[in-house]
Amino acid sequence: MRSKLTLGVAAFAVLALTACGGPAGTTSSEAPEGSADPGTGSSTEHPYGLEVVEAPEFEAGTTMAELAEAGSITIGTKFDQPLFGLVGPDGAPEGFDVAVGSLIAAELGIPFESIEWTETVSANRETFIENGTVDLVAATYTINDARKEKIDFAGPYYEAGQALMVLAGNPDGLTGPDDVAGLSVCSVEGSTPAARIVDEYGATLQATDTYSNCLDPLRNGQVVAVTTDNVILAGFVDQNAGEFELVNDGETFTEEPYGLGITKGDDEFRTFINDVLEAAVEDGRMAELWEQTAGTVLPTPEFPAPDRY
Amino acid sequence: MQALLENGPLWLQGMLATLLLTGATTLIGLPIGILLAGMRVSPVAALRVVATVWTEVARNTPLTLVFFFTAFVLPKLGIILDFQIGAILALTYYTSAFFAEAVRSGINSVPMGQAEASRSIGLGFGQTMTLVVLPQAFRSVLPPLINVIIALVKNTSVAMGFFVFVLVSVAQRLSNVYGDQALEIFVGIAFSYLLITVPLGQLVDHLERKWSVQR
Repeated sequence: MRSKLTLGVAAFAVLALTACGGPAGTTSSEAPEGSADPGTGSSTEHPYGLEVVEAPEFEAGTTMAELAEAGSITIGTKFDQPLFGLVGPDGAPEGFDVAVGSLIAAELGIPFESIEWTETVSANRETFIENGTVDLVAATYTINDARKEKIDFAGPYYEAGQALMVLAGNPDGLTGPDDVAGLSVCSVEGSTPAARIVDEYGATLQATDTYSNCLDPLRNGQVVAVTTDNVILAGFVDQNAGEFELVNDGETFTEEPYGLGITKGDDEFRTFINDVLEAAVEDGRMAELWEQTAGTVLPTPEFPAPDRY
Repeated sequence: MQALLENGPLWLQGMLATLLLTGATTLIGLPIGILLAGMRVSPVAALRVVATVWTEVARNTPLTLVFFFTAFVLPKLGIILDFQIGAILALTYYTSAFFAEAVRSGINSVPMGQAEASRSIGLGFGQTMTLVVLPQAFRSVLPPLINVIIALVKNTSVAMGFFVFVLVSVAQRLSNVYGDQALEIFVGIAFSYLLITVPLGQLVDHLERKWSVQR
């Protein structure tokens, strides 16, 4: 009880301080060009150039109100996926998922520095959401019905798709997934792309625990291709200049709508996130976030409309 | 749990793969371990050095690094193995050191007088080992040997990260499709390991009662 009271006082103090800083905030908003450039700003500027809403108001008792009052949010993302969620040696994750997560945080009045990033690998995402380890998951998280039974999805905010990556020059002459039947293909154990390439296309799976482990077997000819979502493969093509290429220019053969995972039944939070996403697509912030991250390699897509189920 | 039951064949495949890795490694690694232990107590200094270096390096290297070596470094050197063979190689190299140490502890448990007595009746080193020392050593070495095998059963799980399908891979694969049952699946897989290891412990208890050297 006592610690709650202290927290409340602290939160009030923070709110009061940020409210005082209002006029200063408006002046900085008049220089969007400077702030949109990541990396050059001071520590108070958002790395993705987002405007952090000051003292937003939410209905009491909602997740938004709780998070805004706490002034911090725990977001689960991947730490090993170039372009979407990648943690470098300095420990700060970067990528499109990270940018989208920080967009939601910004709309809750939470600056980038106050976001706590937690690694969520494919196998622990539902569990982390259910037991409250994270408030939100932005981790190349495909929306599907089985997952919806345990958690809820806001979004989609991007539609990825499974693709194939081969050695540069495509030595086996693959033209699509129908060509890999009976051949060794590398993917991550337990992932949806791994299951699909085996079940629907008859490939022999060479499974490991991270996609980056697949690169050496591909170089050595132990597998003919690596398969997962196009965005991940594009990251590898980009990182290893000239070594790999995507089959058919990265043509996808599935639709993987990426959503943001939240607690099951938290409809207000879901609606809020969907509103934020929709607004961001409309006013171009989404495209800006994309261009600063995955857009350095991939073309800017048509962003899907949130599915308000 | 329902997910595991519905995917019986997959579970069985994982179970068999884990048993196969364990079996192959024991079959190859145990003789190597016995040989290493013999070398370590042999009168030939060169053999002792080779066995000591092998044992110390193998047991002090993290298993993941050994796997990394067979999966990624050997191919770079032009030695491209089937991943399963690579896994058996990694596990055998690593586990042979533990087998060797277990056997050596057994050899050390045989009173010095036994070796001295056999030498006094004219037996050579080979005869002393095979006829007098090792038969006695084996009885006291059973519990530590089974411990090594139990550790080996669990160590096979490392192979999942290196392109080999084992029991933990079942958990990994199913938890994606049945995200809502992830906890139950992992508990079920943990229980599956018990299915392999607990009988091993029972076996050693039984054999110990039957064979233990009375001193």
